Amino acid sequence: MRPRAHQTGTVAPSIPEQARGVRPRDAEIGPEATDIELTVNGTTHRVRVEPRVSLLDALRERLDITGTKKGCNQGACGACTVWVDGRRVVSCLTLAVACEGREITTVEGLADGDRLHPMQRAFVDNDAFQCGYCTPGQLMSAVALMAEGHTCDDAEIAEWMSGNICRCAAYPNIRSAIRQVRDTAEGTRKGGR
Amino acid sequence: MRSFAYKRVSDVATAIAEVGGDPGSEFLAGGTTEVDMLRIRVARPRRVVDINDLPIAAIEDLSDGGLRLGGLARMSDVAAHPAVRERYPVVSEALEKGASAQLRNMATLGGNLMQKVRCSYFRDVDQACNKREPGSGCAAMNGFNRTHAVLGTSEHCIATHPSDVAVALTALDAIVHIQGPEGARTVAFDDFFPLPGNTPDREHPIAHGELITAIEVPANPAARTSHYLKVRDRESYEFALASAAVVLRVERGIIAEARIGLGGVATKPWRARQAEAALTGAPALRAAFEDAAAAELADAVPQGMNSFKITLAQRTLVRALETVASAHGGEGNA
Repeated sequence: MRPRAHQTGTVAPSIPEQARGVRPRDAEIGPEATDIELTVNGTTHRVRVEPRVSLLDALRERLDITGTKKGCNQGACGACTVWVDGRRVVSCLTLAVACEGREITTVEGLADGDRLHPMQRAFVDNDAFQCGYCTPGQLMSAVALMAEGHTCDDAEIAEWMSGNICRCAAYPNIRSAIRQVRDTAEGTRKGGR
Repeated sequence: MRSFAYKRVSDVATAIAEVGGDPGSEFLAGGTTEVDMLRIRVARPRRVVDINDLPIAAIEDLSDGGLRLGGLARMSDVAAHPAVRERYPVVSEALEKGASAQLRNMATLGGNLMQKVRCSYFRDVDQACNKREPGSGCAAMNGFNRTHAVLGTSEHCIATHPSDVAVALTALDAIVHIQGPEGARTVAFDDFFPLPGNTPDREHPIAHGELITAIEVPANPAARTSHYLKVRDRESYEFALASAAVVLRVERGIIAEARIGLGGVATKPWRARQAEAALTGAPALRAAFEDAAAAELADAVPQGMNSFKITLAQRTLVRALETVASAHGGEGNA
């Protein structure tokens, strides 16, 4: 089913405080679709989903926030990486209903208006992609990685980025981009947690 | 994915009552196995009960120097915890060699013990699998079984237990704390994982509605130099072909105590008691390590495509023993 009008788009108005809390948080919902609230990049959206809908599908199919990509849909590729409460997770194995009351950050939340996040800038500078499909997930992992502090050398970067597969094998340039941000103070401006 | 209902709970008693009182309900923690199982229709609950808000995620000191790891502690948080890294490096190493950074942020310790096998025939509902459909047969027996087990198998199931951290925890004699409708109880780690035998569908002693609330790791000073070695097809984000968790206590070049777990080669996190017996009292030398590894794999049963694991497991164990022995200043580093 398609979302109702107020559920679509990143420009959906935030819901006034008094209108929040569509039901008690411990109420049983489903299996039919139910209104839930998702806070994405600081904006709270009301969206109608069945409990079986993944966070990934809720973002892409219901909210039209399509920067997050669907690759394997089984937790193996990392294309769908987002942050939930500041921690990088795979949104394909996360139920949307389980994210009520949590802060979701997607790749759309990295840039400051038209000003790219330093990691996005570094990916451009280092040609850290070919087809670009895995890039949103790579970025969300790479920025989180800075905050996690596992950027000592290329081996450590590779190990801690291994949850993000790149079929174009842009790995050397992705590591270069991460090193670039690591080596500039600006890199920690907007960390993962 | 089939439809199901959802309920979020915030305390242990409610969680147990909700699932224990409804045969169609299942717990949902990190979801890294459960959501996958729901999607491929191997798991078919009427409802999932979300336990992520339960206050059982802490990592706490035990009075004797051990640690109590909450059932909902995330893999990443356990691995990064200073006390775990200092007292049980084998646990941190096993955790950080498992899955990916994203999955480790999601997956819980309790869920890790409860995770399903990675046998592709178990996950394909069109294939025979005694674990999924008792009595239907085992398609892996004559199938593509390169990654399957050589220890602890039966004619009904050869699926490898996938966990890394459980291999470390079995070597440390951890204790699983369980709470359920009938009250609280503990299970010794090695007893938590039955052999498949005639009932491969019985994967653990957890009754419906029971919850893993904590895993206790007893104090073990020798574990401060423990080590987990994992060998796999690619260097990261891959299951073990063979792995070894090793804790040694070496006194004047003689092994006073050995605790060993093997992974990637067995139907359960494998406590290598035959290797431990062979090592106890032996000099910390490569020859003794090789003899011990050979003793442990003596009863291994290859399935055709996985016979290489018998050699690989021995080499993996020998190398892990050498690493730990050299940390003791023994001759393992010769």
